Amino acid sequence: MPSKKVRVVIAKPGLDGHDRGANVVAQGLRDAGMEVIYLGLRVTPEQIAEAAIQEDADVVGLSCLSGAHMTLFPKAVALTKAKSDKDIMFLGGGIIPRKDVAKLKAAGITQTFGPGAPIAEIVSFIKSKFGDEVK
Amino acid sequence: MAQQRERKAQFTTTVDGTGVNREYTPTDLAGPGQDASLAGNFPFTRNIFPAGYRSRLWTMRQYAGFATVEETNKRYKYLYEQGQTGFSVAFHLPTQIGYDSDHPLAAGEVGRVGVAIDSLQDMEELWEGIPLAKVSTSMTINATAPILTAMYVAAAEKQGAEKSQLEGTVQNDLLKEYIARNTYIFGPAPSMRLITDLCIYCGQEMPKWNSISISGYHMREAGATAIQEAAFTLANGIAYVQAMLDRGQSIDSFATRFSFFFAANNNLLEEVAKFRAVRRAWSKIIKERFGSDNPRAQMMRYHVQTDGFTLTEQQPLNNVVRVAIQVLSGVLGGCQSLHACSYDEALALPSEDAVQLSLRTQQIVAYESGVADTVDPLGGSYYVEKLTNEIEKGIFDYIKKIDDIGGAQEAINKGYIQREIRRSAYDYQKAVDAGEQVVVGVNMFATKGESAIEVLEIDETVEKRQVARLRKLKKERDNKKVSQILDEVRKVARSDANIMPVLIEAVKAYATVGEITDAMRDVFGVYKEPGIL
Repeated sequence: MPSKKVRVVIAKPGLDGHDRGANVVAQGLRDAGMEVIYLGLRVTPEQIAEAAIQEDADVVGLSCLSGAHMTLFPKAVALTKAKSDKDIMFLGGGIIPRKDVAKLKAAGITQTFGPGAPIAEIVSFIKSKFGDEVK
Repeated sequence: MAQQRERKAQFTTTVDGTGVNREYTPTDLAGPGQDASLAGNFPFTRNIFPAGYRSRLWTMRQYAGFATVEETNKRYKYLYEQGQTGFSVAFHLPTQIGYDSDHPLAAGEVGRVGVAIDSLQDMEELWEGIPLAKVSTSMTINATAPILTAMYVAAAEKQGAEKSQLEGTVQNDLLKEYIARNTYIFGPAPSMRLITDLCIYCGQEMPKWNSISISGYHMREAGATAIQEAAFTLANGIAYVQAMLDRGQSIDSFATRFSFFFAANNNLLEEVAKFRAVRRAWSKIIKERFGSDNPRAQMMRYHVQTDGFTLTEQQPLNNVVRVAIQVLSGVLGGCQSLHACSYDEALALPSEDAVQLSLRTQQIVAYESGVADTVDPLGGSYYVEKLTNEIEKGIFDYIKKIDDIGGAQEAINKGYIQREIRRSAYDYQKAVDAGEQVVVGVNMFATKGESAIEVLEIDETVEKRQVARLRKLKKERDNKKVSQILDEVRKVARSDANIMPVLIEAVKAYATVGEITDAMRDVFGVYKEPGIL
């Protein structure tokens, strides 16, 4: 079976427009050899779930700096899981208070990466599951 | 004399910034056309006024707002008691993007990044006990600026104030929204109509009001370098001036009330040079490109905010030092108004204690450091003058490129400005990840363990309370009147008439931000982002 690049969907759910981090991570993951599909801003959890399936995502990265992450991230995870059994890795970033990280993990976010997280750390986290390519 | 080895092979001001020499001397300023102007004289490099802060200190204006009007009114009074001299309103995202607090897209967002304002009732209570005739207020609002300005005017009138007395600023700058800040609603043409309607209205009815705050801060936050921040802001400024001229306005009727907004980043001397360069460049643009000899039109007045992106989650007290240096650069650069971020802002909105320290930072610089006691104290520094010249050149180089593309709007449509900024942002991240750009406490001098500071939390009941309030209002107001006025809004939006008078009527009928915006969406449609990435 031919192997292919790790496919990452990156999205900003909610109304937050601070996309510097999402853009930089998207570029960084591309440079690390992954296929990145950037959905952009104001994407609803429903749209994220739809895209995750349509794009055959291995990883879904969600970014939110407005404080709405507890409402939006778990919903995006749940809606995606309702559509597919595929073991997608969900990552979160933005401004996420430490006290919320455990709750997000319980809701299906595998890991969060906050301000100051080097791109290499995110890359190596993804590769720890998928390697360089998805078989 | 033995050769001295240097710490780096190359020194630059910032990542992708200007090169920095070992030493600067009079030779760096040799050559024709050197600027020897004094403060208060064209091209205003040193200051727009001859006496600078000796006459009046900058306005200490802390951007604030969270939860509902009850909490925010309390914070505003606290800030005033602690010595701030101007108000600055942070609205939550639904208000900025034209949704009411009960809209599905507002879920989770209510009261988080600013105060929830759904109607005039909220705006009236926001200012309870604060006389709008006597204060200066800046409102960071863009796509819905006409609606919120109408609410401010209506709230002031209810207090007994005349709109002609009102002092303040509204941001009203959509070009930078498309580029970097992303709270746009409508497309470019309707946005420019609304922006210029508001500017024209203010020019006629509110002579003490700055109808636009042309912003570079957000582009800097998005990753722009100092030169890019300066250049793209002035390019947008040129577009706004042109738009007003295209509407038949004379330059002296509006340029005197155009204002600007820049960041104060970490490199102290580059920031000071940047502020001097934009003042000089803008005055030249107004005089030479647009032909105005009116000094009040040529003078650039601007607000500065210390750069939020530079704040770290790790070792938050380090941010106190960063903000102090950034405040110093804003003051040495001669800004009219300043917001100092708080040390806890990489984690949350400022706590009361943290924002008090932000004000004290401004006050200590103002009253204890001596830098406010003479105009442009760094003027004459070989390095600062040389850097001012270099940044000015960088500004005009970019403006030429943007002119060649067809102007700022076209450059945005083509994604040129966004790509420049994104590249700088990525270069910066790579430099940090490689350790070339040091971030103290993050990639150098890091410590284990988490900070123990207590941060502001927006409590869970805020959304419920605001929604309940909104529902009550909708029951109690004259809904027939609201329906009629919304029809009027659509009618005016479709016509050439200025939108402001009907908006003031609409807000007085307690039509909501969401309802009025929807009426405009019906006419204008919404913006479709060009896919850049």
